[in-house]
Amino acid sequence: MRPSRPPVSASRVFLALLSRDLRVARREIVSFLVRSTLQPLLFVVVFGYLLPKMGLVQRGYGAALLPGILGISLALSSLQSVALPMMADFGWTREIEDRLLAPVPIRLVAAEKVVSGVLQGVVAALFVLPVARLIMGPIDALSFAHAGTLLGITLLGALAFSTLGLWMGTGIPPQQIGLMFSVIVAPMIFFGCAYYPWQGLTPVPVIKYAVLVNPLVYVAEGMRGALTPALPHMPWELVVVALVVMSAVLWSAGIRTFERRAVS
Amino acid sequence: MAGAVGAPVVTDSLAIETRALRKVYRSPPPGMTPRGKNGPVEIVALDGLDLQVRAGDFFGLLGPNGAGKTTTLGILTTRVKASSGAAFVAGVDVVTDGVAVKQRIGVVPQRPNPDRSLIVIENLVFHAAYFGMPKAEAIRKAQGLLDMMGIGDRGAAKVDQLSGGQQQRLMIARALIHDPEILFLDEPTVGLDPQARLDLWDLLLRMHGEGRTIVMTTHYMEEADRLCQRVAIIDRGRLLACDSPRSLKAQAPGGTRIELTLDGDAAAVAQQARTHSGVLRVDAQGAVLSAYAERPGEVLAQLIRTAEAAGRAVRDIHLAPPSLETLFISLTGRKLA
Repeated sequence: MRPSRPPVSASRVFLALLSRDLRVARREIVSFLVRSTLQPLLFVVVFGYLLPKMGLVQRGYGAALLPGILGISLALSSLQSVALPMMADFGWTREIEDRLLAPVPIRLVAAEKVVSGVLQGVVAALFVLPVARLIMGPIDALSFAHAGTLLGITLLGALAFSTLGLWMGTGIPPQQIGLMFSVIVAPMIFFGCAYYPWQGLTPVPVIKYAVLVNPLVYVAEGMRGALTPALPHMPWELVVVALVVMSAVLWSAGIRTFERRAVS
Repeated sequence: MAGAVGAPVVTDSLAIETRALRKVYRSPPPGMTPRGKNGPVEIVALDGLDLQVRAGDFFGLLGPNGAGKTTTLGILTTRVKASSGAAFVAGVDVVTDGVAVKQRIGVVPQRPNPDRSLIVIENLVFHAAYFGMPKAEAIRKAQGLLDMMGIGDRGAAKVDQLSGGQQQRLMIARALIHDPEILFLDEPTVGLDPQARLDLWDLLLRMHGEGRTIVMTTHYMEEADRLCQRVAIIDRGRLLACDSPRSLKAQAPGGTRIELTLDGDAAAVAQQARTHSGVLRVDAQGAVLSAYAERPGEVLAQLIRTAEAAGRAVRDIHLAPPSLETLFISLTGRKLA
């Protein structure tokens, strides 16, 4: 029998998988940024620049909008960075097979995808924040004093949406994915407290409490707490707990569907 | 050609062993028809398969489409979960230690499934990295393999720019780059033109000559005959026979197979034909009568006369010398492809 190569550590395989995803992401950086940030930035142009100029929206609206726009970009980029490749990976030719054959448990392959989704979410957020601020002009309440909180919320939010991407990318039949994006993602954005603070929903209690199942609410509110702490926002403890719990639930749902697709 | 056909066992160590391996798909495997109206369809792909492959063998899994070949390979390569039974690769249980199995194997899939987001050489370099190979070594080996496969100048190309045959060779290079002990190939020559098929045969024999165990599925008799030291014939998820091609052919009902297609049911003619001298065996299936004989020329005339005497006209005549194909037909009553 031929001697085989010495066993390789799981962390080394993980880094190799991650460097593969980053290589692909770097190659597709323009389409990636367009895909995940164009829509939020167009919203910024209309609601953060044009409407205030026309006097149809109060100047202070930018302060409520910016954290939400950051949240949407983060959510879309993390979600799509995991869900869209999963579609191709588990598609007709099962491109993912060369990674499933890597000498690590296949959970690690899924976990790596989630980490790669988190990193891409952070990149999208880093890109959108200065661009949106530039379009909107100065925002009185904006403060960067809580950079640590901002980073923490960014990472947790990206984690929640990457795990959602894992679940959607592996759990939804490819032929229904377009529909599911419309049915899940569009309402998520509009009821995600991205364009208005959660406090503002007080007059409509049904919606105010129904939206709490939406992870984007916690990302947007967490961003408000970090960027415009003087304005009303959810306590950050609640945001952290909600995002951690949602990430855990979505991971356990996503890894189950991933394993079902990976091993028949 | 196939090296040591029927050679004595050099070592007792088994590269692969399956015991009563069974696989029932509750939902249809990818590519098959979706579930029926009355809930999920159960498809028995493997029905108690026992296999033993010695280390260093060039081993063929031969059977028609749907025999369970791909499912067997899927289980052995950790991509399909067995419903019951046990499977070991290089002595390692595929269920409890899939990681150690993956460390030792290379897999060439039925359909090329390259990583289309990467260029050609990256497909190899990253795959090597998944197995812990340092980058410089990976690049060197990748280029060497691409050269060996005759696509050394396509390293920077996109995968989609390769032809089907070139993609297939890329898959073989990928399966080899981490230098596995055991190489699995699932119908590797389907869709290749005749010259590419011969080239691939040469390559596989070379890989085998380097000491690798090779397990290949095929539904081409000639391929199994030419390449494999041992062949398992499987059908409907069961092992029908397992031996060297030479011994298997010896097990085939002797002589040449004479196949007569009649214009009606062949049963009555078969009954008569069994009494002919020189006929070793006669089977009837619908309008097709199969007789085996050492001297087909003499028997053929007799058979035609018998058929005509029974009021049947002969529509078609086919002669086949003893082969794995005739064995397969005698075992299953069906043709391979």
